[in-house]
Amino acid sequence: MRNTFSEALYDAATKNPNIYIVVSDISPAGSMAKFSSQYPDRFINVGVAEQSMIGICAGLALKGCQPFAYTIATFTLYRPFEMVRDDLCYQNLPVTVVGMGAGVIYSTLGGTHHTQEDMAIAGALPNMQVIAPCDPLECTDATRWCAQQKNGPVYLRIGKAGEPVLTKGAEPWQFGKVRYLRRGSDVCILTYGVITKMAVAIADRLQEQGKSVSLVSVHTVKPLDRAGIVDALKRHKHVIVIEEHAPQGGLAPQTKQLAWDSKATCRLDAFTLQDEFIHNYGSYDDLLAAHGLSPGRILDVVT
Amino acid sequence: MKTAMTRRRDNAFDAAAARARCKRYRRRILDMSQNVTALHIGGAFSCTEIVDCIYNELMRPGVRGGKSPDTFLMSKGHGCMIQYVILEDLGILTKADLDAYCTPKGRLGTHPDYGNPGIEASTGALGHGLSMVVGMALAERGRGTNGIIYTVLSDGEVQEGSTWEAVLMASSLKLTNIVAFVDNNDLQSLGRTSQTHPSFYPLATKFEAFGWETAEIDGHDPAAAHAAVTGRSGTKPLMVCAKTVKGKGVSYMENVPVWHYRSPNKAEYAQALRELEAQ
Repeated sequence: MRNTFSEALYDAATKNPNIYIVVSDISPAGSMAKFSSQYPDRFINVGVAEQSMIGICAGLALKGCQPFAYTIATFTLYRPFEMVRDDLCYQNLPVTVVGMGAGVIYSTLGGTHHTQEDMAIAGALPNMQVIAPCDPLECTDATRWCAQQKNGPVYLRIGKAGEPVLTKGAEPWQFGKVRYLRRGSDVCILTYGVITKMAVAIADRLQEQGKSVSLVSVHTVKPLDRAGIVDALKRHKHVIVIEEHAPQGGLAPQTKQLAWDSKATCRLDAFTLQDEFIHNYGSYDDLLAAHGLSPGRILDVVT
Repeated sequence: MKTAMTRRRDNAFDAAAARARCKRYRRRILDMSQNVTALHIGGAFSCTEIVDCIYNELMRPGVRGGKSPDTFLMSKGHGCMIQYVILEDLGILTKADLDAYCTPKGRLGTHPDYGNPGIEASTGALGHGLSMVVGMALAERGRGTNGIIYTVLSDGEVQEGSTWEAVLMASSLKLTNIVAFVDNNDLQSLGRTSQTHPSFYPLATKFEAFGWETAEIDGHDPAAAHAAVTGRSGTKPLMVCAKTVKGKGVSYMENVPVWHYRSPNKAEYAQALRELEAQ
């Protein structure tokens, strides 16, 4: 995903001289090297100085530029949190804060490198928009959108490398709208971000069992497509939320709230990370499984 | 390290006019203090001459009365009273704006809020301003417009680690279009800044070590502030370390921490006016 982000940003920067990227000591991936060599004045490396990274983006935006702040998710959002809040959100500036390798993707680096609460934290901020693409193609669409939007700040939660393409041939990506990757009538899976790959595997298994399954990328978590979620709750007998995030403040509790408010009658199951730090190591799938996010466990509960 | 006293004085600078303006601005702030108690008088009086010099002497006028090509960002947001009265004087804010200060009818509060006329950034939390200044300076350079970005930091604010991230960035990016002042009034909420961090002083050598050009001035000498800026080499960002007195101009406020936030009562107000008039 970071390569397609870089490629999309490079393309946007070629067309728009106001696009800047301010990175914090992150090794240039893919097209980022191309960006830095072709537009050295618009590629700023602050070193390990994340507060300054956000403040500089704010200053650029105050002068009409369209900056992106880019590093590992925990260091774009948590370390400079007050700068994100005051400089970007309070002033409502069109700065994209890119959280790369979000969730528990850095599965061997320990809890200091995980973002289990980023959607809740970013989503709590007034003016902040929150987008989490599910595959490299959605990442391209989201990056292109961020490069031209003037609404205000965006937290763009992306993966790292090697995520499979899941959305080929799907309906067009639209900011603020849920996106059906497949449509069915019995079960609907709502998800976003890198864990969508697991949701695809679960959807496949449910279909093998004879169920008609919808799979929805809720790529824009704020502003949430409330009408789209309520519609999914109405049209399906069983809705399943799968989320690589703490149980509070993300898609799962918001879906439950919408279900209550809309008097939904469907069955609703939510699978999230737990409200606990992760002190064990292994693969990305190992860490998710340690918190109960595995196809086997989810299928056991829902079937 | 050069000091302003060794720099050339700009003959065009009218120090008497600057002193008269500063007296008027302090008087205006004192008048406002009789309507609203939420003022940071002490920190506004310590940087009165500096902010006056920036707006009235250093920032270039805009073409045909338009916006200046230069920018002022009040990094020590709590000093914004002096900014408001100068913006009123320049016709950018109105008397009605200042009359409605900190009331539900108004739009001006105790810290600058981006979107209000003449306010280029929201500040108030310390340690944010200088990185925004770096971003602004970068944008000016990138466009080739090369506007100068002026800012005033408090001496408490330079204790923030984030300030030093920005100090490093300004010199690493060779942003020669940054002119910053430290309003070194040597007071913060819990006492003297120089007692909180004794090894931090003198400040100028620290900024110099981080790649800035520096000057040390008496922050209440408007000619010195002007000379320090107009006499700079222009090869590095400039940090002017200005020795100031918190509450400057009113004897009972000077160097007394409670005047960080207190407003004078009627008798104190009358005394303050008498003292200002006598200067």
